[in-house]
Amino acid sequence: MTVLVLAEHDLGVLGAATARIVAAASKLGPVDLLVVAPDAAPIAEEAASIARVAKVLAISGLAHAPSDALTDLLADLANGYTHIVAAAAAVGRDVIPRLAAKLDLMPVTDVIAIHSATRFDRPIYAGNAIETVSSGQAQNLLTIRASAFRPAAGGGSAPIETLGAAPASHQTFVSDSRTESELPELSTAQIVVGGGVSFGSAEKFALVEGLARTLGAAVGATRAAVDAGYAPNDWQVGQTGKIIAPDIYIALGISGALQHLAGIQGAKKIIAVNSDPEAPIMKIADLALVGDIFEVVPALTAELQKLGLKR
Amino acid sequence: MKILVAVKRVVDHNVRIRVRADGTGVETDNVRMSMNPFCRHAVEAAMRLAEAGAATEIVVVSIGPKQSNDVILTALAMGAHRGILLEAEGRVETLTVAKLLGAVVAEEKPDLVLLGKQSVDDDSNHVGQMLAGLLGWPQATFASEIKVAGAGLEVTREVDFGRTTVQIALPAIVTADLRLNEPRNAGLPMVMKARQKPLAVRPAAEFGIDLTPRLTVERVSPPAERVAGAKVATVPELAKLIAADVAELEAL
Repeated sequence: MTVLVLAEHDLGVLGAATARIVAAASKLGPVDLLVVAPDAAPIAEEAASIARVAKVLAISGLAHAPSDALTDLLADLANGYTHIVAAAAAVGRDVIPRLAAKLDLMPVTDVIAIHSATRFDRPIYAGNAIETVSSGQAQNLLTIRASAFRPAAGGGSAPIETLGAAPASHQTFVSDSRTESELPELSTAQIVVGGGVSFGSAEKFALVEGLARTLGAAVGATRAAVDAGYAPNDWQVGQTGKIIAPDIYIALGISGALQHLAGIQGAKKIIAVNSDPEAPIMKIADLALVGDIFEVVPALTAELQKLGLKR
Repeated sequence: MKILVAVKRVVDHNVRIRVRADGTGVETDNVRMSMNPFCRHAVEAAMRLAEAGAATEIVVVSIGPKQSNDVILTALAMGAHRGILLEAEGRVETLTVAKLLGAVVAEEKPDLVLLGKQSVDDDSNHVGQMLAGLLGWPQATFASEIKVAGAGLEVTREVDFGRTTVQIALPAIVTADLRLNEPRNAGLPMVMKARQKPLAVRPAAEFGIDLTPRLTVERVSPPAERVAGAKVATVPELAKLIAADVAELEAL
């Protein structure tokens, strides 16, 4: 009953989601954590410190996580594992279904609760319904929503096993376009400040970032705000963007379309600022302030700075 | 290039869905249905490749009950040339859908299969990747831009850190994200013309693929409901409450 977990990483650093996926996967059995990266060794060192990891497998190669080669690699390793698990993020979503087809297995994706080794909850209809599924398959492939699970502790010292060469890819990398930001990573941040299209311009959307900086929070955006070019695509929160579950979500000028609410349902506390008291977000917010964002947001940022908040 | 586009009929994305009280699923009787929004972007992408002279034929395929004709007609009205409906009742799992599409690919031999990245009913985000895996073709998922580059495609994908651009050879699978394009609305003349276009209806069972689901859906339940909390009147009051929450987080 051993579980193979694919580690999340970016720019040579282990992703915060990994400790959460390990915590979830450890409910299924002992965890082998697989690190595939151009230089896997330093990431594997980090991965080895996650508690409840039995063994780290490190393979150097496969820059830019090409779906074909990564799938072939996982298919080669699959034998002997009851579950193969990845985060429900760009790489996991790209690779796990492809692997499933190769192994002739029906995957269970976006898992938010694990009832047993073969029984899981997953959201459907943008989180407006929860499906409980069970699988009679001998092997199960899962993607797990990191935000639905608490991270495993650190302080472990799992052995690291270095494996040989990775298979070749037929896709050619052209370029990356990255959003540079010193703010915390959106998908695992404790506090997220989200902005809607009502900010009206990228310049004004900076008010959202200003409040986020004061709170040490990540920035999120609605699809409309991203479509309008006020925020980069990787800030999008919702059914088709990132799914977040911060302790505090502050929604600024966001009406609360179903597709956006799908992304924030796991938030512990929702604080909303909106000029429309009838906006859907105001009906589900734990704290709501009716007001004009262009007055409230700068005042709130100044007020919090005055209170000496420092994170 | 010949393009196959897969489309799905789903509960319209503006409908507020209702979970059946007996936990057997989501109410779909007497509910407005339409083409999955992501599929509309896939059809539009095919049309633009055709209009740019890169594609010569666009075939649309859907799998589902006979009412799925509607979404094929929508795609034909947008400009696709002909349609195929694989008629299947009940729940058809994504793996089965991918296998059925694989059978259609074997018959039609397209150079490119375009699909939506996910459907807004079961939110799986599986089929394109599965089809690519079954066929051993390259895949470019979550596409926000598609360009013809030599004998292949250059596709920009939306990923966790921003965007990444890859080059893939044909034949290939591309799945559409919402920022790929603005899907057109077909005018009445196109809607009328769509009815004259060929649309083949075939039972899904005739492909010799096992349609039995692998997973058992035990129950569908509504999510925990959130209720409105307190209203705050002033900014200083809100700031104090936020500061207290943050202090509590720090204490943990």
